Amino acid sequence: MTTEMKASVLKNLDAVRAMISRHKRNDILFAAIGLIALMLGLLTLLTLFVDLVMDGYPRFNLKFFSDFPSRRAGEAGLLSAWVGSALVMLVTFLTAVPVGVAAGLYLEEYAPKNWFSDLIEINVSNLAGVPSIIYGLLALGLFVYGFGFGQSILTAGLTLGLLILPIVIVSTREAIRGIPVAIREAAYAVGATKWQVVSDHVVKYSQGGILTGVIIGMSRAIGETAPIITIGALTFIAFLPPSPVSDVAPYLNFEWLHSSFTVLPIQMFNWLSRPDHAFHINAAAAGAIIIVLTLLMNGTAIYLRYKIRKNIKW
Amino acid sequence: MMNASTAIKAEARNLDFFYSNGMRALKGINMPLHENKITALIGPSGCGKSTFLRCFNRMHDLYPGNKYQGQIVMHPDNTNILEHGVDPIEVRMRISMVFQKPNPFPKTIYENVAYGLRVRDEKNKRTIDDKVEEALKGAALWNEVKDRLQDLAFNLSGGQQQRLCIARALATDPEIMLFDEPTSALDPIATANIEELMSELKEKLTILVVTHNMQQAARVSDYTAYMYLGELMEYGETNNIFTRPTRKETEDYITGKFG
Repeated sequence: MTTEMKASVLKNLDAVRAMISRHKRNDILFAAIGLIALMLGLLTLLTLFVDLVMDGYPRFNLKFFSDFPSRRAGEAGLLSAWVGSALVMLVTFLTAVPVGVAAGLYLEEYAPKNWFSDLIEINVSNLAGVPSIIYGLLALGLFVYGFGFGQSILTAGLTLGLLILPIVIVSTREAIRGIPVAIREAAYAVGATKWQVVSDHVVKYSQGGILTGVIIGMSRAIGETAPIITIGALTFIAFLPPSPVSDVAPYLNFEWLHSSFTVLPIQMFNWLSRPDHAFHINAAAAGAIIIVLTLLMNGTAIYLRYKIRKNIKW
Repeated sequence: MMNASTAIKAEARNLDFFYSNGMRALKGINMPLHENKITALIGPSGCGKSTFLRCFNRMHDLYPGNKYQGQIVMHPDNTNILEHGVDPIEVRMRISMVFQKPNPFPKTIYENVAYGLRVRDEKNKRTIDDKVEEALKGAALWNEVKDRLQDLAFNLSGGQQQRLCIARALATDPEIMLFDEPTSALDPIATANIEELMSELKEKLTILVVTHNMQQAARVSDYTAYMYLGELMEYGETNNIFTRPTRKETEDYITGKFG
């Protein structure tokens, strides 16, 4: 190789290296932009949460959970709100899960595939995007006045149940679709009927996915305020609904379903709207608790999904 | 292997099959299944051999729009299993199937084998225990799993899983067993095990097997059918098909000139 050729190779090499480092600058640039974008979202949330925790810090004690709301901020607690939330969630769970899972199973396994089922499918997905206050209006007309359930725990539970129904249906269908055709065919091949395939296999293997959808739906429902205000939940409740369990047979009573109630976000909203700053501390504490609850529920969903799926690998 | 013709367990008569998109996947197939014999279906991909196999347990009924024409008659009762009045579930109760990829349920080894019995409303635990053991022995898997029947089936190796699927298909005493390329996902040793097993199983039942592997067809089957583009090109005793094929296409396929 002549010196001239060598020089030209080296020169080319320099040019190539310069080009590569020029291109790599874009990598670094984008990584920086992406990181900033991510941090914008995360840090805002984190700041908000830390701010709530710091503001509400003085109220984090057991008394806060065992006291009724009060005119004096320092004595006001969450008792009626968290009990109300728990009971409303119970109704929501008991209605949304069976209805949503049955609807999802029917759509995926039984419904004939034609334009009509396509139409239903599109609408179910759309329902998930309907603003929650619309559900509140529907519930006001249907449950409160139409069925005469009043402004009760039953009404609120059914409303939130309707609200998360699309989430349960969609997650049920997705979980079912994750089951390989080969497994279904294996069950049919030994002589199973459709219902045997569904109950012995489809439901069992999609439990993880369904459960995840249910919990995510519930964690959305627990923070919902607009539809609950629309149906007329009270903001100040200094009593508990009748207990669902009693010490005399039949050990269950359903009076609580018709009780008036309040829930966590409404209690928070109520405290926030007071002019006295002392109440804002309560609101911050309640807000932090709602966020922690939501995180806990989502965490449970992730854990359960992991645990159930661990034993099922297709 | 070359003994004279035995009883016929089932036969396809002028069988046509149409997929829901209108494609005619089987064209006028006439073919017998000899009792206690292994019949192999060979042919290039897309020739309709799996489609033909899956007619025997009405698997196509699971997907709307598929259509059969013609008959598959089962003996000794002379039932046309494709007839509208015949419930596909009844057919599957008599004819079981082993699939291409091992497809055990995500349940225990025991429950996998017992499932067919549960579907048949068998409640007696002793009966189920006995049947499970018998089926696992029949599938040459008993010795490997007898101490861990409550383990998940997914923990078995691929070859063991396939034998588990055979045990599952065997536990319900089927008259005919269908194998859809049962060894294509397995290594050579597991393949040899399955082939040996099939030869043992034919003492008890009739076997129809789809295979991509010419040597396998030659090794295990008593009768061979060569299919091409949805038609049955040639059918006969395996020895004859492989040594003296009457049609040029069959010979080309067998010798590897084509396919």
